[in-house]
Amino acid sequence: MNFKMLSVVSAVALAMPTLGAAGPDDDTLIINEEIEVVTKAEPAEHLDGALYEVISGWHFRNDDTQAIEMDDFDNPGMLGVENAMATWNTAEGSAGKSCADCHGDAAESMKGVKATYPKYDEKAGTVMTVQMKVNECRTERMGAEAWKYDAGPAIDMEAMIGSQSRGMQMNVAIDGPAKPFWEKGKEIYYTRYGQLELSCASCHEQNYGNMIRADHLSQGQTNGFPTYRLKNAKLNGAHSRFKGCIRDTRAETFSPGSDEFIALELYVASRGNGLGVETPSVRN
Amino acid sequence: MASGVKPRVKAPKTASAGEVVTIKTLISHKMESGQRRDSDGNLIPRSIINRFTCDFNGTNALDVEMHGAISTNPYFEFDVTIPESGDLQFTWYDDDGSVYEDVKSVKV
Amino acid sequence: MGFSRRDTLALGAGAIALTALPLRVGAAGEDAIAAFTGGADVSEGGITLDAPEIAENGNTVPVGVSADGASAVMLLALGNPNPDVAVFNFGELAGSQTASTRIRLAGTQDVVAIAKMADGSFASATKNVKVTIGGCGG
Repeated sequence: MNFKMLSVVSAVALAMPTLGAAGPDDDTLIINEEIEVVTKAEPAEHLDGALYEVISGWHFRNDDTQAIEMDDFDNPGMLGVENAMATWNTAEGSAGKSCADCHGDAAESMKGVKATYPKYDEKAGTVMTVQMKVNECRTERMGAEAWKYDAGPAIDMEAMIGSQSRGMQMNVAIDGPAKPFWEKGKEIYYTRYGQLELSCASCHEQNYGNMIRADHLSQGQTNGFPTYRLKNAKLNGAHSRFKGCIRDTRAETFSPGSDEFIALELYVASRGNGLGVETPSVRN
Repeated sequence: MASGVKPRVKAPKTASAGEVVTIKTLISHKMESGQRRDSDGNLIPRSIINRFTCDFNGTNALDVEMHGAISTNPYFEFDVTIPESGDLQFTWYDDDGSVYEDVKSVKV
Repeated sequence: MGFSRRDTLALGAGAIALTALPLRVGAAGEDAIAAFTGGADVSEGGITLDAPEIAENGNTVPVGVSADGASAVMLLALGNPNPDVAVFNFGELAGSQTASTRIRLAGTQDVVAIAKMADGSFASATKNVKVTIGGCGG
């Protein structure tokens, strides 16, 4: 066999796994051999047939990446969770209070929070994300400074709070006073942005399972956010991810913490209703 | 000392004499490779953990020489023979001279 | 992602084809190997190198080495600006001569593991890892 033939054989052989990667896989996600996570669910009624099945981004990653999420020790996102656990118990601000002084054990008091957020808040008269609630506590009860949206400590805290709901199914409310926010988020989801004229739906509704260059497109679900990305080796917030997506369409983006992204987070979370919380998930 | 560096070790608390146990270690560290440039185009100096060792009661099990190609938050998984009750000693050496340590006791 | 039997066979054929190709080692890689082996001959086999065919992101690529009876294993990424990755020295209480870690790969390239055996001989294994360049920098 000459050199040319060998090259052809290896090129053909190497192309195989790429072809095999089309579509989500059928693996089962169990974290720490203990927490079973629902990663495929019936679409909620409000999706109105837009998706056949709601699928976690975990299914679109390869076995190596999947495995990192299946054990807390292997998951570097847990470093952020540990950091936030220390912050939780540390007094800060003029009131000399810690999170724990009011909320006690986060494993108890924060259980279920991620599954229902973003959420309409009566007092504030608006939809609030977990980070906004944390900052409300910091500024109003602790006398501490608000954290910058999606900055390190805020993301760590959101991940820690989110991790207390692992395995619980996403169930954000979209009716009542949340409705106009949800409608606004939906409009943003289907609006084509940028020079490439792409909406969220162009990739994550119409083309999930397909490759965009070398990336395997997922449904863009948020049930695992904040997520540890192999790419930048840190926890990433949903708003920062939204910003990255919109930037990639070559558009001016909204900012993390903006009204637009709060509405979009509510809408995207509602598309994942039924999926189990994976926070902090691991993605590429 | 680089900020926020914290070692984590997963090791069994008990073993039978002579048993081979699997150890996992993870340490939070940015592992600045020395290959990246800042926004002004200047090379960001290397700042990594350059060595990791694991000993049991003073006898070595693993000694790793590390370079900038080891990912952020260095992770290792390896096997150690536990001859008797004692302490697993883990040591990480930083470019800046800092040394981070952790100890896990194993009962036979 | 599950591989069918056919995929696996095809991959095996690819691996065989690849090992038949001459190993391209840059000057820095050659220097690193020479420093480790002292110029001694390096044979194939006797060492296993686990690495993905395709890494989802080059910044965090899981790899493992295993070489029964080795006193040390050097890991190199020949396509990186600096090919050195790590040298695993196995001590008296090593439970096996295996270790795994996560590494950075600057692009698609050959990853090489060279084991120094107790008798002073050297063995190597090479694996080509494709590093995908994504569509979404996100």
